Amino acid sequence: MDELEDVSRRVLAIIPTLLGAVTLAFLVIHLAPGDPVQTLMGDYDAPPEVVEKLRAQFGLDKPLYVQYGIYVLNVLRGDFGRSLRTEREVMSEILRVFPHTLFLAIVAVVLAILIGLPLGMISATRSNTAVDHLSRILALSGISMPSFWLALILLLFFSVYTGWFPLVGAGEMENPISLLHHLFLPALTLAVRDAAAISRLTRSSLLEILRQDYILTARAKGLAERAVTYKHALKNALIPIVTVVSLDLGYTLGGTVVIEAVFSRPGLGTLIIQSIYARDYPQLQGAIVFFALCFVIVNLVTDIVYKFVDPRIEYKRAP
Amino acid sequence: MADKIVDKIVDKIVEDRAMLAGCLLIVLFVVMAIFSPWLSPYDPFAQNISLRLSPPGAKHWLGTDGYGRDILSRIIWGSRISITIGIFAVGIGAALGIMAGLISGFFGGAIDNVIMRVVDTLLVLPTILLALVIVAMLGPSIFNVMIAVGISNAPRFARIIRAEVLSVKKMDYVAAAFALGASHKRLILRHILPNTFASLLVLSTLRVAQAITTEASLSFLGLGAQPPTPTWGSMIADGRVFLRTSPWIPIFPGIMIMLIVMGFNLFGDGLRDILDPKLRGSKGK
Repeated sequence: MDELEDVSRRVLAIIPTLLGAVTLAFLVIHLAPGDPVQTLMGDYDAPPEVVEKLRAQFGLDKPLYVQYGIYVLNVLRGDFGRSLRTEREVMSEILRVFPHTLFLAIVAVVLAILIGLPLGMISATRSNTAVDHLSRILALSGISMPSFWLALILLLFFSVYTGWFPLVGAGEMENPISLLHHLFLPALTLAVRDAAAISRLTRSSLLEILRQDYILTARAKGLAERAVTYKHALKNALIPIVTVVSLDLGYTLGGTVVIEAVFSRPGLGTLIIQSIYARDYPQLQGAIVFFALCFVIVNLVTDIVYKFVDPRIEYKRAP
Repeated sequence: MADKIVDKIVDKIVEDRAMLAGCLLIVLFVVMAIFSPWLSPYDPFAQNISLRLSPPGAKHWLGTDGYGRDILSRIIWGSRISITIGIFAVGIGAALGIMAGLISGFFGGAIDNVIMRVVDTLLVLPTILLALVIVAMLGPSIFNVMIAVGISNAPRFARIIRAEVLSVKKMDYVAAAFALGASHKRLILRHILPNTFASLLVLSTLRVAQAITTEASLSFLGLGAQPPTPTWGSMIADGRVFLRTSPWIPIFPGIMIMLIVMGFNLFGDGLRDILDPKLRGSKGK
């Protein structure tokens, strides 16, 4: 019963955050300097009667609190209006491109684990050797290099010079091989930073565990070093790593914004950039709320799964 | 207290080679930014079409770009934008975050609830996305990028400062000052704020690295400083079209971003080890 109460408290806690995101999206048009209608019109110098007509059409002639109320109610119905650029419904446009972004983020996180975890383990078990130093330098470089630059370097070597991977695009939807072929370089670019973070965390977490008394006991019992590391130490070292990895999915979704632009891939990031360039505010507003929703859901699922994995966790508001 | 912290930092720099390397990298780039008019061999804006796309060589050490401009000179001038935006944006973020965190942590109750819900909302959006949205509202320019990156950093400062305030305000000396009749303003500014200094210093250093990357990303997307102002991000963007024929154009500015970010990360990691082990793992994305 307590668990249920805990989970419902956590679920309820996301409501103000989401309402905040909706408010931020609403304010995007109103906080921009100048008249909102002119903001929507961009550089086009429309005659006054057209401006007034548009003001009425978008409901911008009503008081701000009424506009806000209408906007919140529309968002609750999943209605973000129509894109100014494509005239399609904002939500259907988001749902059309989102699978590309989600797929990219998931593959990137999987790659990050596959690269980061072994690298961190090797580094910890051979600490202060040349291998450790090399792995730490790689991790530091991975954390420090800008992802859009790494994307260009990977494109240079694996597309331009060798021709192994395509330069741009997302591939043919009905052909999984083509999809994966187009996905690999963008996913690898996104994964490098996360892999570096996972590797650093695995190293420090494993080194800390390897100093504990129970590890000494395991060694004293005569267990092989392999068994000590993998069976006793790694299991406990994984707890903070799992936290980082699950939070990474949310952040990796954020990283897709720039990477999709470099690889000219369809997705939520590309949609956001296009909306900004075209001043397509309804589309941008919808994307902001959708992004916040994704992030909140990822965090919520992580928290709830944790609650069942580790019952010591309670969802009380931070002191 | 500040003297003790400086002593600790100096001792750590002497014994920790990684932190020393970070410190040297930061000093190198700061010197480059300050003395760029004297250090750059050519005018960073001067175009010379006959020399366009020259590969690195004796005359132009890092080659020239599509307009025949010297890449080394543009990189040296670009360091000004990166470092200025990095430091000022974090300053703006710290100022806003400190104010929000102090008020939130000190007064608690409804005001704390409201501020923290705003902070939660801003934290839901990744730094780059929040900065993009703010630049979209304000329009692309160096000043707006500074504001955007600053605001997107503020929630992280608010969270850390609030946590510090909550722990410091329970201390006996704060209760004693309160009993002696110290005003709220005095309690906050004289007794609580100085105790958050260590965490602030660590977070600020690590966030400068993040701010530089965010600025470069915005410039890369064409939403930062506008042409012909040399920024590392826009230089990489300009080099994209010449990737096949003249890869040096995007390669060198990227190496610079990596080195300066590495410098702040190494220095920040060292600071964190000595000043605030609690912040371990707080390097935001």
